[in-house]
Amino acid sequence: MQQPITAINDFVVKFANVNGSGSASANEMFARAILRMGVPIATRNIFPSNIQGLPTWYEVRVSGEGWIGRRGGVDFMVPMNPQTWEKDVAAIDPGGYFLHDSSKPLPRSGIRSDINVISVPLTEMANSRYDNPRDRQLLKNMIYVGVLAALLGMEHAEVEKLVGEQYAGKDRLIKPNLEALGLGRDYVREHLAGACKLSVHRSNRVGERIFVNGNDAAALGAVYGGATVAAWYPITPSTSVAEAFQKHCKKLRVDPDTGKNRFAIVQSEDELSAIGTVIGAGWNGARAFTATSGPGVSLMQEFLGLAYFAEIPAVIIDVQRGGPSTGMPTRTQQADLTICAYASHGDTKHVLLIPEDPGEAFEFSAQSFDLAERLQTPIFVMLDLDIGMNEWLTRPFQWDDERAYDRGKLMSFDDLESGKDFGRYLDVDGDGIPFRTLPGTHPNKGAYFTRGTSRNAYAKYSEEGRDYVGNMQRLLEKFETAKKLVPGPVVHNAKKPAKYGVIHFGSTSPAMAEAQSTLEAQGLHFDTMRIRAFPFSDNVISFINAHEKVFVIEQNRDAQMRMLLINEGAIDPARLVSVLHYDGTPVTARFITAQIAALVKAMS
Amino acid sequence: MTYMPKPKFRHPALEKNRLGFTRRDYEGAISTLCAGCGHDSISAALIQACHESSIAPHRVAKMSGIGCSSKTPDYLLGQSHGFNSVHGRMPSVLTGANLANRDLIYLGISGDGDSASIGLGQFVHCIRRAVNMVYITENNGVYGLTKGQFSATADQGSRSKSGGINSDSPIDLASMALMAGATFVGRSFSGDKGQLVPLIKAAIAHQGAAFIDVISPCVAFNNHAGSTKSFDFVREHNEAVNRIDFMESRSEITADYAPGSTRDIMQHDGSVIRLHKLDETYDPSDRAGALNYIQTHHEAGVVVTGLLYVDPDPADLHVHLRTVATPLNRLGREALCPGAAALDAINKSYR
Repeated sequence: MQQPITAINDFVVKFANVNGSGSASANEMFARAILRMGVPIATRNIFPSNIQGLPTWYEVRVSGEGWIGRRGGVDFMVPMNPQTWEKDVAAIDPGGYFLHDSSKPLPRSGIRSDINVISVPLTEMANSRYDNPRDRQLLKNMIYVGVLAALLGMEHAEVEKLVGEQYAGKDRLIKPNLEALGLGRDYVREHLAGACKLSVHRSNRVGERIFVNGNDAAALGAVYGGATVAAWYPITPSTSVAEAFQKHCKKLRVDPDTGKNRFAIVQSEDELSAIGTVIGAGWNGARAFTATSGPGVSLMQEFLGLAYFAEIPAVIIDVQRGGPSTGMPTRTQQADLTICAYASHGDTKHVLLIPEDPGEAFEFSAQSFDLAERLQTPIFVMLDLDIGMNEWLTRPFQWDDERAYDRGKLMSFDDLESGKDFGRYLDVDGDGIPFRTLPGTHPNKGAYFTRGTSRNAYAKYSEEGRDYVGNMQRLLEKFETAKKLVPGPVVHNAKKPAKYGVIHFGSTSPAMAEAQSTLEAQGLHFDTMRIRAFPFSDNVISFINAHEKVFVIEQNRDAQMRMLLINEGAIDPARLVSVLHYDGTPVTARFITAQIAALVKAMS
Repeated sequence: MTYMPKPKFRHPALEKNRLGFTRRDYEGAISTLCAGCGHDSISAALIQACHESSIAPHRVAKMSGIGCSSKTPDYLLGQSHGFNSVHGRMPSVLTGANLANRDLIYLGISGDGDSASIGLGQFVHCIRRAVNMVYITENNGVYGLTKGQFSATADQGSRSKSGGINSDSPIDLASMALMAGATFVGRSFSGDKGQLVPLIKAAIAHQGAAFIDVISPCVAFNNHAGSTKSFDFVREHNEAVNRIDFMESRSEITADYAPGSTRDIMQHDGSVIRLHKLDETYDPSDRAGALNYIQTHHEAGVVVTGLLYVDPDPADLHVHLRTVATPLNRLGREALCPGAAALDAINKSYR
């Protein structure tokens, strides 16, 4: 007989549900209650591209140590979906637990002998207590939350408090939900004492941190960064960026005297129109953004080339999902790097900011508007579905009230009036960045014609080769300037001198931190570097040059970051070893650890 | 076209408008279009309309897509910012520009390839959203820059210069605009400045989505027998439903007309459109009637021109979005950034 898994504040609970069954809010309440007990958690939704009836999973990793990457494996399964029952039971780690709704018989073939079955007649309990079918469904969810909380020794009062918060304003729902919760708890007390050796103990490891998803954070960053125009087209997994922007603006951006809005949001007819509107607004001096995903970026290519060449500020929040084509719309990937870095026909290069979590999504989103105006070019904020649509534990958002907006090189009425020479594409400061004027600035100075065709430094149409080349070279100089303005890499040196390095970026960060710690315990030491932006600053390249081999961890098939590094840093490809995870689920610490350990073994 | 630079010299007696500008102040770079191109006549009409309406030239933003028509913003209003964007996508760029600064006048200049083919979606949606603008199509039924292919507004059965017959049904942009909810729809002919200039002036005064379809023959590729967009064909087959006088305010109205022969429409800004009825039955406040009239006449081979529809009291996108009166591009950090204290409260809500 397999020993039951025994753990305090270190296990994974997974819920298997049918989407549209109301399970999401119950599951979240369970997760939040653990958080309220001061124990760090990491939650992930695995959901279908569908509204009702298909399988959906919710994973809660409880980690007293504070590891918030996906761990892999399941210690406690709550399989509430008959469609996936067999797969769900098979996914449980040996010694793990399985909550059986004993209103339904176990399969005649029996069940794995190496797992612990905990039986509760959930359906019967709900049906005997409630008459309305919808209530039966929803309150059954609350019953299993009560069961689970009791089995894990959680503080019942914390769950009850969350019920109160969840239904504040819909007070008639509070009582039945509390009652259902209590039914679950009482059943465990009466029948199942000591059945589960996993438990949650109050801790203080959460600290000041907040629990928020990246799309919400990026939208709030856009509010703080001064965005006034948003144009977007619905696409998973980015839709909630625009929705959150609207939600925050309604609270934070309505003129208290007039009730009028200091923002404009347009739901466009497609992504082409969305980016066109952003470019029009950016050209005219408003801070504007769109939120989209890979297929949307594909559609925006022509406009992105225009914005690059005509030098117009724009922000694109790209919440990456699995491609190509429709790919895996509800699964995560980091597979839009090359399409964004080199978006559009002709010679182009774009600035990418790559946050590791919702905290950085807020920061980079706010910063992107400064960079867009400073550099007069599109800026991509590269989220992914894992960051964007999952709640993450992240440090609180911060803002310095002294921080001014950098509006970049704008020539004012007074500048023009004083006779300053204005050449729209003239490099006056040697940084590749010219001055611009906004429409309507001056009655007879500073007007120019914006176009995607070649022109001279004074914006006059020109097909002269030297005008074209001069302009293209200046754009490269501007890209050099960008290297100094974008967030630099974050390096963690090993405790001992290391000949190997690891490069990672974006949502891989927490899994990598955990993997590094695990590998270190195995005696394998690495320096790690998290890339936070493209173009790469010089220390990205020097990090690679300082190591014999560098592992590059990516969540895409084609090793796109490695491609960019080789291409932009003139790196010998043999020095960059890929570790790739692209099945649509977030990369786990277990995966990284196993892969790197195996690669190192093979090398030595 | 000419390669001669335009002389800066101006006649001292040149008439000045209310702001002290002469017509020359509204001119732009010299046209590079073919000699006799209808588009140049439209540019001239726009220059005259802006001058007569005493618009400060730098308070206009000229937006276009790609094509012969889209080159024309360069040939007028040299003190205005212009934006020659990508093919068929001017409407979205104009929408964004308009959202950023509601105080400027937005002039969108497009063509039939730009608006009826590649940009049909953007054309319709921009009008649906009631963007405050003057949207003009310089409609010649043909692709000029790529040398003579039919466009989507070419009539069924019309003949191309190389002898091909167009078998596809035409798209009527004025009808599309009406269906999409435009609050000002006109049609004119590049050769009829007397009709076109007051129409443009009224459209500029209109505080909503104003659309004018201007038939503008292409002298190089679509001015031959068998074309329904040639100078000769349009002259013979156009029927104006009204002639227009445009007055900035009612106080300027002096002349008396026989009762029933005119109709005054006062727009929201106080300007007055005086319509001299040419068809007694035509009612430009009847959207469905206008559509019916246009379609019935089209079937009879007649191009209807004039002010086809107007809602004198429209709401625009800014009204719909309830945006503040100050242009969004003038709001600073104080108005936009909620600050650290608000952020602390937000952080609390995420615990």
